Amino acid sequence: MPGAIYAEGLVKTFGDVRALDGVDLDVPEGTVLGLLGPNGAGKTTAVRCLTTLLRPDSGRAVVAGLDVLKNPNEVRRSIGLSGQFAAVDEYLTGRENLQMVGQLYQMKAKDAKVRAAELLDQFDLADAADRTAKTYSGGMRRRLDLAAALVVSPPVMFMDEPTTGLDPRNRQLLWEVIKRLVSGGTTLLLTTQYLEEADHLAHDIAVVDHGRVIARGTSDQLKARTGGERVEVVVHDREHIPTAVEVLTGFGKGDTTVEEHTRKLTVPVSGGAKLLAEVIRELDIRGIEIDDIGLRRPTLDDVFLSLTGHAAEDKPEENAKETVK
Amino acid sequence: MSAVTDAVRGTAPGNPLGQSVRDSLVIAKRNLIRMSRIPEMVIFGLIQPIMFVVLFTYVFGGSMQIGGSTSATDYTNFLMAGIFAQTVTFATAGAGAGIADDMHKGLIDRFRSLPMARGAVLTGRTLADLVQTALTLLVLAVVAILVGWRVGSDGSTDAARVLAAFGLLLLLGYAFTWIGALIGLSVRTPEAATSGGLIWLFPVTFISNAFVDTGNMTPWLRHIAEWNPFSATVQACRVLFANPGQSTSDAWPMQHPVWASLIYSVLIILIFRTLAVRKYRSATA
Ligand SMILES: Nc1ncnc2c1ncn2[C@@H]1O[C@H](COP(=O)(O)OP(=O)(O)O)[C@@H](O)[C@H]1O
Ligand SMILES: [Mg+2]
Repeated sequence: MPGAIYAEGLVKTFGDVRALDGVDLDVPEGTVLGLLGPNGAGKTTAVRCLTTLLRPDSGRAVVAGLDVLKNPNEVRRSIGLSGQFAAVDEYLTGRENLQMVGQLYQMKAKDAKVRAAELLDQFDLADAADRTAKTYSGGMRRRLDLAAALVVSPPVMFMDEPTTGLDPRNRQLLWEVIKRLVSGGTTLLLTTQYLEEADHLAHDIAVVDHGRVIARGTSDQLKARTGGERVEVVVHDREHIPTAVEVLTGFGKGDTTVEEHTRKLTVPVSGGAKLLAEVIRELDIRGIEIDDIGLRRPTLDDVFLSLTGHAAEDKPEENAKETVK
Repeated sequence: MSAVTDAVRGTAPGNPLGQSVRDSLVIAKRNLIRMSRIPEMVIFGLIQPIMFVVLFTYVFGGSMQIGGSTSATDYTNFLMAGIFAQTVTFATAGAGAGIADDMHKGLIDRFRSLPMARGAVLTGRTLADLVQTALTLLVLAVVAILVGWRVGSDGSTDAARVLAAFGLLLLLGYAFTWIGALIGLSVRTPEAATSGGLIWLFPVTFISNAFVDTGNMTPWLRHIAEWNPFSATVQACRVLFANPGQSTSDAWPMQHPVWASLIYSVLIILIFRTLAVRKYRSATA
């Protein structure tokens, strides 16, 4: 039986751009698929095809058991969409926006009102409920948009880059909301440019590039292909390199690689920040002076590099490196 | 939460016409709330026709010959049907710009992903514009009375006939907003919809009986003016208001202006609504 979201051979071209070049997806009910890819990979186009906004040139898609091309209106009843850009009416208040969406989902006006109030509370927007959305911050708009997508608690949700452009606090807040949603059994397809986000929220990840899925698997599987977490150390004195290698290899789960000319040592590890602290302590005890040390987590770039041999063209993420000086 | 959810997800769509009306009203309400929060749009929409009333009355009045008379009062009474009709057609530009604006914002994706009636986004907008047009007409009628416009100046009329005239004006305005809707869907920017929605209205409203007696036009221009759908409504209003300067031409629309006005407006709605809804559906799909 196909999953709650199923696609087979989706192709969509815009002029001579092949935005989707044969995409297959299968998201089991109640799970989260992270569609990970750089700008222009085709993530939005895929979401638009699956949410009835765009007709693919060829291929087939089934959402919530319904054929997207044959029964678009039935599909619309079962999905919630939070697009890449917040789709709220700026001149309406938060409450008016949600009531309108509720009514357009064919709720009775009274029910739409109750539901809007519920969502405003849940999304921490109660204080701003009766202000026009124009006055909202980016994070508030995002939350309002997400609330609008959840008005009928649809069984299948699509979120297109829900946290792009948000500050860390708002990102964290949205992650919490999404996790709560998913724990309620909603099937979710989420697109993102951040490996960290997919890692955090998704059960499965599909990496897309140039309209194709170039890899899929769990976050651990993808990271394993990139070598996972590493500790990088730059020692001050070239003479200290052999001792440092000894220390690092002791903590690592593989061989230490050495770049002589930059005095940089790299070792794959598992254990995160806690381990990093131990490494620092040990190096200190051995009297090894260091210029720089950091825990390097794989990013979308690393995943891309290992999969395609080239970096994601649009560098989406600040270097996810925790540096301790 | 779940009670509401079940009530929604479980229900069948219900009757499509009922849904279409309901959804259109929800969208109309949305647009009316927007208009009330951007009052400058409504106010600018009022200033232009008021300026026309005042300028035409005081600048042209007295130098225009209407039915053999050059009295300023006769010209004022002649003029108002024309100004009213021109004003309602200008709603076209507002509708076009509003729809173009919607189409270029993310909000349209929200609407298109909802299980709502397909034509409701457009119908809702045109209904909201109709309300705005009615308000504009009301204000304009008051200004017209202030500068001396009177109904029944050329015979007798009654309240029902005057209301019927305003009904025809609103219908014409409503018909034209569907032309505006199609323009709004066809252009790339809201700005283009504003100017594109206005430019063609000048020849349509000036090559007509709105401001001058068509009897003085060269024959070919006169034919166009007399068969212009816009002229039919103007003539109908003059007849129903019993205002002077009614065309005596034997062109059919001038002889049967009320019917002509109704037929033209309904035809415009049928044609342009069909085209606009089709365009809306295929806009991004
Ligand atoms: N409406 C459109 N017209 C023309 N090209 C488009 C359109 N939408 C997307 N594209 C192109 O398709 C490709 C994929 O775009 P998109 O799906 O938006 O990628 P992503 O969401 O991953 O950044 C890009 O090259 C983009 O320029
Ligand atoms: Mg995108």
